[in-house]
Amino acid sequence: MNLKRVSTAVMALCLGAGMAFAAGEPQAERQALMKKIGGSMGELGAIAKGQKPYDAATVKTAVSTISASAKDFPNHFPAGSETGMDTAASPAIWQNMADFKAKAMKLSTDADTVLASMPTDQASVGQALQTLGADCGTCHQAYRLKR
Amino acid sequence: MASITAKLALAGAIVVVAGAAVAYGLTRPQPYPAEHWAGLAAPDLANGETLFWAGGCVSCHAQKDAKGEEQKVLSGGRALPTAFGTFHVPNISPDPKAGIGAWTLAEFGNAMTRGVGPEGEHLYPSFPYSSYARMTPKDVNDLFGYLKTLPASPNVASPHDLSFPFNLRVTLGGWKLLFFSAEPRVALNAPSEIVKRGQYLVEGPGHCGECHTPRNALGGLQTDQWLAGGPNPEGEGRIPDITPGSQTIGSWSEGDIANYLETGFTPDFDSAGGSMVEVQQNLSHLPKSDLAAIAAYLKAVPAR
Repeated sequence: MNLKRVSTAVMALCLGAGMAFAAGEPQAERQALMKKIGGSMGELGAIAKGQKPYDAATVKTAVSTISASAKDFPNHFPAGSETGMDTAASPAIWQNMADFKAKAMKLSTDADTVLASMPTDQASVGQALQTLGADCGTCHQAYRLKR
Repeated sequence: MASITAKLALAGAIVVVAGAAVAYGLTRPQPYPAEHWAGLAAPDLANGETLFWAGGCVSCHAQKDAKGEEQKVLSGGRALPTAFGTFHVPNISPDPKAGIGAWTLAEFGNAMTRGVGPEGEHLYPSFPYSSYARMTPKDVNDLFGYLKTLPASPNVASPHDLSFPFNLRVTLGGWKLLFFSAEPRVALNAPSEIVKRGQYLVEGPGHCGECHTPRNALGGLQTDQWLAGGPNPEGEGRIPDITPGSQTIGSWSEGDIANYLETGFTPDFDSAGGSMVEVQQNLSHLPKSDLAAIAAYLKAVPAR
């Protein structure tokens, strides 16, 4: 009985740890961060296109999310995470890690610059979007396999 | 007996010579006659610039990562590693020695639309003349006029470094016989003027099919899979299907496609990636009406 209980507990522990491990896979972590950045770009895009009215709080949240996510993003490319889980990461990342980190940091600092002089209307949100979008393109050009 | 052997040998020799003559006739470089390039008006430089961006000249002929005005120095020199060897991109700046400053319109036009160099030699199809072949003489003249306004560079590019037998330009005659065509890539049912403009841009100067259409083992386009995507010829990853059957952009509207080409943003604000980033930046210089035409054409081609 005792042995059975122990083994059940061990199994539960293993299972729990296994689940936590799956959610913590670097590929999943970095994909989630990209989704957050993409979602925030979408919020800004809706305002820039005039589909949603300008709203200072929405803009601030979106740009802050982009800054924080971009800063954290390059921390999720450890050795061994080059492939798997549908990753679109290019092998070039691991050959040029310093440049890759610099490009992610540029998005973060550009987002901080936008926050420092907050866009006040549709047009200035559009300008901010162009700046941040150029950073997306520059990094995706070098380091993302998906076109 | 000896005389029969001699006759047979003679007959054999005649067949070989005749065969070689036919093969040469079919595969020799075939520039347009001089009158094809005669009688054109002074070049329209604004149209020439549009074609310069549509053709994406800078993506190969300018220095890698060139920005702003540096993009207009078409000094060549970039290396393009392929399965056939390494191509070194030539200098097409107006420098009369290192570039194409001393070329005539006919020389430039035959390179662009017939894949024939100024010495009458076959050019390698890494230069996408099998797309540019669709360009009108007027557009070629306008582009040539525009290129002459750009800065000259004295950079002398290395010769190509290709493996046998691809290093023999004579083999390109056979390649052209098999794969070169100036005909439309797809038959469209009663296309509108805007779709026709899109067809011209995509199949001609834009040379979209050179990457977005899969190739066979000899490097010829599989035209029955027009724009259906395939393995990336330049390395890892895949080039997406851009027909209406595409899993990535099939659901996009014409407006979404035109907006992507202008801004680099997908409808859900993802960005372009890989070599498409440069292509998109080049295309962003086109008039919006041309981007709308490209979008209309991409919606009109057969779904794959």
